[in-house]
Amino acid sequence: MAKVPVQFRLNGSDRAAFVAPADNLLTLLRRGLNEFGPKYGCGQGTCGTCTVLIDGELQLSCLTLAATCEGRHVETVSGMANGPTLHPIQQAFMEHFAAQCGFCTPGMLTAARALLEANPTPSREEVIDGISGNICRCTGYEAIIEAILAAARSGQVRRA
Amino acid sequence: MLEFRKDLFAAERDDNLNVVGKGAQRQDMPGHVTGRSPFFDDHAFEGLLHLKVVRSPHHHARIRHIDTSAAERAPGVKRVLRGADVPVNKNTLLSLINFGKDDEPTLAVSKVSYKGEPVVAIIAETEHQALAARALVRVDYEVIPHVFDVEEALKPGAPVVNETYPNNYFDYHDRYDHSKLRFGDVERAFAGADFIVDDRYQMSPIEHAPTETNGSIAAPEQNDRFVVHSCAQGLFFSLGTAAKILNLESNRLHFVGGTVGGGFGGKVDSLTEPLSILGAMMTGQPVRYVLDREEEMLYGSPRGAERIYIKDGIMRDGRIVARRIRSYFDAGAYTRLSSYAAIKCTAHLPGPYTIPNVSADIYVAYTNRCPSTAMRGFGITAVDFALEVHMDKGAEACGMDPMEFRILNAYRDGDMKAHRRVAKNTALIECVQVVADKTGWPLSDQARRQSSLTGGGGARADIPATVLDDNGRIGRPETRTGPVTETLPAGTMRIPMTKQPIMEGSAEARPTPPAVPQYEPYRPTPPANQPAYQPQPYQPTPTAPPPTQAAPPSPPSAPPPASAPPTQHGAVRFSSVFGTRRR
Amino acid sequence: MARHRGRGMASVNYPIGMNLGGDPSQALIHSNPDGKFTVALSAIDLGQGMKQVTRQVAAETLGVPMEDVYVDTADSDTGPHDMGSFASRGTHRMGNAVIAAAREARGVLLEAAAEELEVNAGDLVTDGRGNIHVKGAPSRSITVKATAQAAQFKQGKTIAGRGIFLIPLSTVDPQTGEMNPNTAFAHASLVADVEVDDETGEVTVLKMASAYELGRAINPKMVEQQLVGGAWMGISHALYETPEPYYPDPSHGPRDFNEYLMPGPGDIAPYSITVLERPAPDGPFGGKGPGEMCANPVLPAIANAVYNAVGVRVNDLPITPEKILRGIKANGGARPQPRRGGG
Repeated sequence: MAKVPVQFRLNGSDRAAFVAPADNLLTLLRRGLNEFGPKYGCGQGTCGTCTVLIDGELQLSCLTLAATCEGRHVETVSGMANGPTLHPIQQAFMEHFAAQCGFCTPGMLTAARALLEANPTPSREEVIDGISGNICRCTGYEAIIEAILAAARSGQVRRA
Repeated sequence: MLEFRKDLFAAERDDNLNVVGKGAQRQDMPGHVTGRSPFFDDHAFEGLLHLKVVRSPHHHARIRHIDTSAAERAPGVKRVLRGADVPVNKNTLLSLINFGKDDEPTLAVSKVSYKGEPVVAIIAETEHQALAARALVRVDYEVIPHVFDVEEALKPGAPVVNETYPNNYFDYHDRYDHSKLRFGDVERAFAGADFIVDDRYQMSPIEHAPTETNGSIAAPEQNDRFVVHSCAQGLFFSLGTAAKILNLESNRLHFVGGTVGGGFGGKVDSLTEPLSILGAMMTGQPVRYVLDREEEMLYGSPRGAERIYIKDGIMRDGRIVARRIRSYFDAGAYTRLSSYAAIKCTAHLPGPYTIPNVSADIYVAYTNRCPSTAMRGFGITAVDFALEVHMDKGAEACGMDPMEFRILNAYRDGDMKAHRRVAKNTALIECVQVVADKTGWPLSDQARRQSSLTGGGGARADIPATVLDDNGRIGRPETRTGPVTETLPAGTMRIPMTKQPIMEGSAEARPTPPAVPQYEPYRPTPPANQPAYQPQPYQPTPTAPPPTQAAPPSPPSAPPPASAPPTQHGAVRFSSVFGTRRR
Repeated sequence: MARHRGRGMASVNYPIGMNLGGDPSQALIHSNPDGKFTVALSAIDLGQGMKQVTRQVAAETLGVPMEDVYVDTADSDTGPHDMGSFASRGTHRMGNAVIAAAREARGVLLEAAAEELEVNAGDLVTDGRGNIHVKGAPSRSITVKATAQAAQFKQGKTIAGRGIFLIPLSTVDPQTGEMNPNTAFAHASLVADVEVDDETGEVTVLKMASAYELGRAINPKMVEQQLVGGAWMGISHALYETPEPYYPDPSHGPRDFNEYLMPGPGDIAPYSITVLERPAPDGPFGGKGPGEMCANPVLPAIANAVYNAVGVRVNDLPITPEKILRGIKANGGARPQPRRGGG
């Protein structure tokens, strides 16, 4: 099938690629652009490891057609830190030991970022709701919830 | 929330350490929170090909004919692999340590024994093309009867799941259809017990469900070798398995891994590495073989189910005097690691309790389902569920509190375990006491005063006279119940002790170089005449004399241990563990 | 119709490392010319913290700051053989191999320092902050950095070490099962509080408390990670997970995370852990390994708590609402058992 061009911003930089109409954004990022932050966990929107922000909104890159990203801004975990300075949520994940194998962490961080940018002072229940689309098989979630609440308390996450 | 009870066992510890004991940040955490930790699939290769397998739609079927011609002509397809392309198309994982017979093909040739068994592999330029070509492979199957239940599988006349083990069970020691544990005389003890508690337990299979599915990428290196990015839980285990299946010298393979997106035991089997490397060899290009989520869930080899029967004999005062266990590991269609888990389970019985009469028969049964494999707590988790629910029933039967019942029966330093080794370094009683304190669970003063350090040993260190049987000879299911053939005298030991590890300088203060374990030869004390075993009434006495575990158990007077050559490392020795020579 | 509270407990032990032994691990350590160390392994970190545990063990043994040690794993070209990360063997087996390698490297380090200070190596100690000095005379000292530079450029010594740890393989007696299975055992006891709805059969885990005896918590934060995550998996095994809901009939297997049930972040319960440390005689600094056992006591404790709440014994996992309701029906109603203290 004929490929179509797509241009978009990825973590603040311009990117261009040719994609098949059926290609999803996750495959484009990982295999087309060598952006390995988002992970493949299920390919059907049930695990959250491929979570990205598109124009600031939480999206599952495995369910997003790459061609629909034309002109948009895709943000992944790789764009969270400000140069060598970690994002406050990344910092909180470190301090709370909120990762074990680290495979769900990029998606978790992105989901947490979307949550806190929309709601800088979430309740515990709102945090749970915010990460309910992200599966973690290692941590039992408690450290992740605590880390997100701590990042919120730090007051350093700015509303988007 | 986590807290310490540093007051307990303080005399056995040197807490004056610089780094050990500190909650320092993980070395891998910066990579995890920035998304830079390199998982196997996070590697870019020019010309990367994708491999997908055709799987059996049947639980059990003969393969009459495979037609891959349409698939080979499909767009983007580079190569189609069949069983004949695999250099050594029969393997068993533990052959690396010389245990068990090769029983599992990489790609099935003449028969499939479970739904999902790989039959053909397609290598194409894109995943879509590989999936499209997969649908074009035509396999002509003749469906044959299957068996799913472990106990049905062991009955005469059941469909043969795995021709390498034609009786549907793993052969132990070239002699028995199960792994045996015999200690004392359970039947006599049951006859004298005040209560009998008898029940059946069924552990479910469990899928590991790591967020990262199984997979690997193999690519030709510039020096006639292959680099393999792998999620294996044992890097050299996987390298060795691949080298054997592909008939390659180990140094032609360069495995890179160590950062794995969860495993829990499900990444021990090298499910993908042999085929991705074979693909790279056949195409000269990098090949990526990653299970999709559905494959991971259905065919990524689960924790095997176990069926466990437990019978306890309990006295009115709460002492468990006998425990008999019969357990069935559901291996699925091939052995993988189940044979090993059953031995581990045998060693674990009867749980962390001192019971003077114990008998166990542990079977590994083959059924027409996805082969099961290791999972977190392998060999233990299921039987611990059964044992600890059974302990609750035992406590109820004799009218005791469940914690008091466990403390009463808990093993202590110096006690003899059913596998004929003395318990050391025990701490079950203290764990129960601490959790009782924390939760306000009422404990008697007597139970609070018990200690793992005291009250063990003495008569509790004796090896009882043990009744033996010849039940379950291979190929003779009618022998599964049979008479006592022999009574082994009290104190008998037949297996040389592993050289006993000791920790040098563990109590030394810094800055003495920290301790490192060394092994010293076991020095048996002179044989002593053992009195016949008499179960001793349990009398927890807070003022019990010092523990006697310092003295090693007296070895038997007869028969003498077989001359005990120093146990040496080497795969060769593994063949003697179970007397099962590989064929 | 009502919700009934129940409390159950279990106590377990767990063997550390491959049963019967015969599972070697190797480690290599070397120093840069400025006294910064690299530990080369082929051990696998699948989230349990292999890299950090071995880093702390190496730094402790070398007597240098943790920041001066990095662990490189796993590359089969540089990391020597290791059986793998399973059977709770990583901390114990690989930890001991790293100690052995670090001791050898430390020996060369102290010899090189002794040559520079013109004293006996046996009189030297490290302060864990990058200095080596004469025992009882802190002013007669040299830095690890200066020592490593002297070793490399002046003395021609390699500050490096090799280590292996192997518990020799045991045989098994076919008739009695006599064997030498393992040398180290960890212990645990756990209490679970649950609530069971006798109308829906639904079980809610309210809270859990445990005591774990682990030899030595080499990194307490990572112990907490393991025990909390493992307890979650225990709840999951006890109440939710099965790929074969009608076992032994294998049909209706779940294909994805929508069909395979596990507790979500909203289903977790407060969990209080107390750690006891009775060092294993042959463990690295006494360490054992909680990686596998941390789910084990949860399954039976929950099953026993369900019985305590409504008087139903579920002997087949997982403990589904259907099984509880069938049990309540067979009993002619919920039969709460005596309370056992607590809330």
